[in-house]
Amino acid sequence: MQSGTFHSSYSSDMGLRPYWPMRIRIILVIAIMLIFPWFAGRYWLNLANTIGIAAISAIGLNILVGYTGQISIGQGGFMAVGAYTSGLLAANAGLPMWISVPIACVFTAIVGALFGLPSVRLKGLYLAIATLAAQEIIIWVLTHGKILGIGESLSLPPETSNLFGLSLTGSTDFNFYWLIMGCLVLTVLFVSNLFRSRAGRAMVAIRDQDIAAQVIGVDLFRYKLLAFATSSFFAGLAGALTAHYRGIISWERFTIETSILVLAMIIIGGLGSVSGAIYGAAFMTLLPALLSNVSRAASGVFPAFSSYLPYIQQAAFGLAIVLFLIFEPEGIVKMWRNLKDYFRLWPFSY
Amino acid sequence: MEKFIQLTLSGVANGAIFSLVALGFVLIYKSSDVINFAQGELLMIGAYLTYMTVQQFGLFWPIGVVVAVILAAVVGALIESLVLRPLIGEPAISVIMVTIGLSSLLRGIVGAIWGVTPLPAPQFLPRDPVKILGASVGLDKLLAIGLALLLFGLLTLFFRRSNEGIAMRAVADDQQAALSMGISIKRIWAVAWAIAAVTAAVGGILLMSIFGGVSGTIGRVGLLVFPVVILGGLDSIPGAIIGGLIIGLLQAFAGGYLPPELGLGEVVPYVVLILILLVRPYGLFGQTRIERV
Repeated sequence: MQSGTFHSSYSSDMGLRPYWPMRIRIILVIAIMLIFPWFAGRYWLNLANTIGIAAISAIGLNILVGYTGQISIGQGGFMAVGAYTSGLLAANAGLPMWISVPIACVFTAIVGALFGLPSVRLKGLYLAIATLAAQEIIIWVLTHGKILGIGESLSLPPETSNLFGLSLTGSTDFNFYWLIMGCLVLTVLFVSNLFRSRAGRAMVAIRDQDIAAQVIGVDLFRYKLLAFATSSFFAGLAGALTAHYRGIISWERFTIETSILVLAMIIIGGLGSVSGAIYGAAFMTLLPALLSNVSRAASGVFPAFSSYLPYIQQAAFGLAIVLFLIFEPEGIVKMWRNLKDYFRLWPFSY
Repeated sequence: MEKFIQLTLSGVANGAIFSLVALGFVLIYKSSDVINFAQGELLMIGAYLTYMTVQQFGLFWPIGVVVAVILAAVVGALIESLVLRPLIGEPAISVIMVTIGLSSLLRGIVGAIWGVTPLPAPQFLPRDPVKILGASVGLDKLLAIGLALLLFGLLTLFFRRSNEGIAMRAVADDQQAALSMGISIKRIWAVAWAIAAVTAAVGGILLMSIFGGVSGTIGRVGLLVFPVVILGGLDSIPGAIIGGLIIGLLQAFAGGYLPPELGLGEVVPYVVLILILLVRPYGLFGQTRIERV
């Protein structure tokens, strides 16, 4: 029985998965990810892809909110920037996906850093409100940006959505699954390692006590902007993937509701945790899907149920946030840890 | 000139409503440090409750409005005691998020009861056009301005004369000191939420009457509270009133004079918000905070 955390070398102390149970679990997760698409139908593949994209965006937001402590309600706007950059490059310049998506990510990072500028002087509530304004301004540009050649919606030419000859359009949830999961794995690896580096530690120091961090030599301006840029980079990636996955983009997919959804994901999942962002993304995507399945199953008994479905989904979304914050503010990650602790010490848990 | 007066009056009317909604927001922020993202939903609830009492129950409209406002106050106090009180001492982001969750929950509930299709509002404010300096303005807008002013006056009296109001100012000033003087902070917070719900409800009723209908999108006004309170200063009641008027006027002028296809009226408040945050983050009348490690 494991009774504590004991490290005998620095490399094991720095390890992401230092213990065998953790390694076995991660191998199991990878195995399931590899096997899953061969057996899943379109519905489940679509859900998995949606979760994957949401998870990338949520991990990105977690860099900013969970690790650096800068509250942002603008992630949906940044996803829109990524989606439209990639979409416009594909539709107007005919650039293939492997060029347009990275450009979109970098451009979104720049826009994110730009809107992060107020964070130099603001924090907490004020910053949250500033990012809210960023969100509204971005959406306004998209809805009125005739100069950019943007209409109400933008469809991507199918030939741009292929990766080295592998077509990713039409009913290719299966192909897209590998692309999205690949991006997600890279994101997870990057972000997990980011917080073992100087930059990551500086961000955590800013979150915990920004003035003290400044005193010991952390350049607040630089690292806050870096956090904004990195976070927006992943928002851009999520947006660009959405654009290519759906083949058609409209600004309605990226309103403030989306920003709130992503924020809710990391809060319900657990702030300052990569796995928490993924749990939160899965929870927030599966909750409405579950509700609509329940409504379909119950439509025989209560025919009125399905007409109330959108409201029930919305109320359930709000209720989930409220209940989590009241009863488990540290999110799913904490619940999972409690569960693990219970079984690790079983039968002597107390 | 006609256009100018017309835009000014409708800007002031809208601004007065923004001020009302922002006033409740500032009240909650001052007394409990909570940023309330559900302010727009409180407004929506006020409007729908009035629709319910006047249109569905068929009450005579002054009675219906009073009943709706009282119900809104109860909803506000309930929200405080059920949702906000367990979160005392939690970090700012939790409190922000819980009000966001709350707003979604309230919208879901309102949608389930009344649907999302626009409903015709009971007409109680007369809408006859009135000529002022050659510009014609709906009487309802003038009445809205008047009602808002009346409510501001009543609230000022409340804060200056009543025990409850003085206690509330004490809590806003210094919670510790207020506690040691025997003021029940829980009670004050509940009252703050109730008053915020009432001002928002009155704003909602006025908006409903000006629009001539009520729909789920009426809560969108709640987001405009942020430019208003940041401009005026998060913790300043006069700031909320003046900020509301400025934002209302800006919106009217930007929408009226600049090319309408740009829809600048929607975005100008947010641009102002960003500029104010960059130049003077504590707003026109807010208190500067000094921070120490």
